[in-house]
Amino acid sequence: MTGAKDRVPTVGDLREVLAQVTDPELPFLSLADLGVLRDVRVDDRGHVVVELTPTYSGCPALEAMRDDVVTALAAYGCQHVEVRTVLLPAWSTDDLSEDGRRKLAAAGVAPPSGGRPVLVSLGPTRARSTALTCPQCGSTQTEELSRFAATSCQSLWRCLACREPFPHFKAV
Amino acid sequence: MRTTVQSDVSAYCLRLGDDALILAQRLVEWAARSPQIEEDVALANVALDLLGQARVLLARAGQLEGAGRDEDDLAFLREEPDFLNCQLVELDGGDFGRTMARLLLFSAWQVELYSALTRSTDEIVAGVAAKAVKEVTYHLDHARSWVVRLGDGTPESARRVQAGLDEVWPYSFELFEDDELVQDLASRGVAVLPSTLRAAWERTVGDVIDEARLAVPETTWRPAGGRRGLHTEAFGFLLAELQHLHRSHPGATW
Repeated sequence: MTGAKDRVPTVGDLREVLAQVTDPELPFLSLADLGVLRDVRVDDRGHVVVELTPTYSGCPALEAMRDDVVTALAAYGCQHVEVRTVLLPAWSTDDLSEDGRRKLAAAGVAPPSGGRPVLVSLGPTRARSTALTCPQCGSTQTEELSRFAATSCQSLWRCLACREPFPHFKAV
Repeated sequence: MRTTVQSDVSAYCLRLGDDALILAQRLVEWAARSPQIEEDVALANVALDLLGQARVLLARAGQLEGAGRDEDDLAFLREEPDFLNCQLVELDGGDFGRTMARLLLFSAWQVELYSALTRSTDEIVAGVAAKAVKEVTYHLDHARSWVVRLGDGTPESARRVQAGLDEVWPYSFELFEDDELVQDLASRGVAVLPSTLRAAWERTVGDVIDEARLAVPETTWRPAGGRRGLHTEAFGFLLAELQHLHRSHPGATW
């Protein structure tokens, strides 16, 4: 790849570089797949400005993403990179790309199933949510074990057919 | 020069940011001590959401204050009377029943608050609210499922969650107090008048208490003062733990 030192990079070049930057906790998803890469541009000083939006307010991956963006662009030859965090419009799982959804399923994470967080009527021990499709065996005989799992954006489910637990990228 | 409005918005961001920061600290006390491993993860995740909300709000408060204080300075270097959180969030978590009773009351309030603040004229407040309203809806759902499970569970679990509810309930009145600062900011479209959130909150919380076969506590005692920097005995101990590392090792990084 030709570096930015040789010529002024276009936004297309920069997006190509950033396509290599992935979510540190879901390393099969690029920032663009995840929908957190809001904007890439070169300002009138020739500085690269990248806008990221957090998935959840406290997502600790955002700081790693910011560092990874700077590192990737520096390796390409961009000396002046500014990464800004934008809050509005708030990220939602609708921002996941179709590619992103496919990659999640392929990695054993059930993609978000459309709905927003709504207060459902809860059973004494388990939340009754719409069943998901098990990413391992394809059964729809599944149940939620916990609303909260390994990362802010996931919940924990299990398949009643193959008995395997699996994470779900919860809809927000 | 800083205007009065800027310093008022700064104080408002501190109130909401301190609420989130202090409850996050209380919730992580459960890490590795919860009744089940999923709950360690759940309460840590709830705390992480709150901490994220706090960081943006404290950063905004510092920016509007204009004295060069960042989110860390505000979290770690203020003294007890400088914190403007409500007293409800600082109370000792007690047993799991009390922790869940408090989370129910607080999350139900945050859901109403942040829903209204998505229309705030302050861009940062509106941005935090738009993100946070989705997060706190999950928190409320979680607290609700546990309060129902405990209340409609064994005689012992019902006794303990009712006791927890009775203990935290008097502190809920402070959440709905209007004072001069919020009245002024509400008229400018920045803040929401807390008293207007009460009816919806009572319905939500009342429904859960009914479903859990618990009783709405009756009390005439309504402690308050957190918004003016008056705090309960438990708060100093919490703050000592929260601030100790930062103050003992200034500038320490991972």
